[in-house]
Amino acid sequence: MKRNWFWWLLAALLIAALLSPLASSHPDGLERVAEDKEFLEKGYSVLRSPIPDYLFPGVEHEGLATALAGIIGTVLTFGVMVGIGRLVLPRSRSQKS
Amino acid sequence: MHIPDGFLDTKTWVATAVISAGAVSYAAKKSKELLDERQLPALGVMSAFIFAGQMVNFPVAGAASGHLLGAALATILLGPWSACLVISTVLAVQALFFQDGGITVLGAGIFNMAVVAVAVSHFTYHFLLKLKANRYAATFVAAWLSIMAAAVLVSLELAVSGTIPLGVVLPVMAGWHALIGVGEGIITAAAVAFAVSTGTFGQEKKAEVAGHEA
Repeated sequence: MKRNWFWWLLAALLIAALLSPLASSHPDGLERVAEDKEFLEKGYSVLRSPIPDYLFPGVEHEGLATALAGIIGTVLTFGVMVGIGRLVLPRSRSQKS
Repeated sequence: MHIPDGFLDTKTWVATAVISAGAVSYAAKKSKELLDERQLPALGVMSAFIFAGQMVNFPVAGAASGHLLGAALATILLGPWSACLVISTVLAVQALFFQDGGITVLGAGIFNMAVVAVAVSHFTYHFLLKLKANRYAATFVAAWLSIMAAAVLVSLELAVSGTIPLGVVLPVMAGWHALIGVGEGIITAAAVAFAVSTGTFGQEKKAEVAGHEA
């Protein structure tokens, strides 16, 4: 059972590291519409994020910067979700009853 | 479909944030009742997988791109309450650390993608299973509809904010996302097949049994 989680995590890391640098650079659906209908300039960023636009700062090679951002984000998301889950979910039910 | 800051006016992002806060708290409460810490790896792995999947934009009609949303995937494999928490977490990480989606409109994003897209996926999938639909066909339709629902909501929010009239934005948002939704459907069906073949998500098998018995 445990080993199956490993395959999903591995798949996520491989997608983040190897596929994300190959991602299409076309604007996404909403950006495309915002550009065509001329409201794109209304958008801005309130927050300055540490890794904006999925490019690890200071890395010149774009593919590498994307892959690094992808791996960090995948691990970070896993960690944040498990952290929140730990706060929200009760300990094993079988132990309680 | 990550909205940047500035696209929505204050009343719209505050209202959607309030609704989302209520919905996510309720999802957390239901998860607390239904799950325990043994489900932590499932939540973590699903969030990580959806984060990674969202980075891979596929080209659409030579002028735009789309990427996995994952609402239907998380809903079908983990159930709607966990899916709400998973998608909300992914959106929060993206807004905070990657500047993808504005922080003021995070509540709107959660409402569109973690609340409504998840609810649409859940009801569509189980409705189709009740009609004895093939599980992968049901997955595809649920995923496609979840994208369309989110696209319609974004259009409504933009219109209510006075950013652009509904009549202008809705047809183009629906048009592009009808295509992006096809990608969502294919990726979601493939990922569900991967889950079935690796036997990872126990709940997923139970859902199948329940679906067939119903």
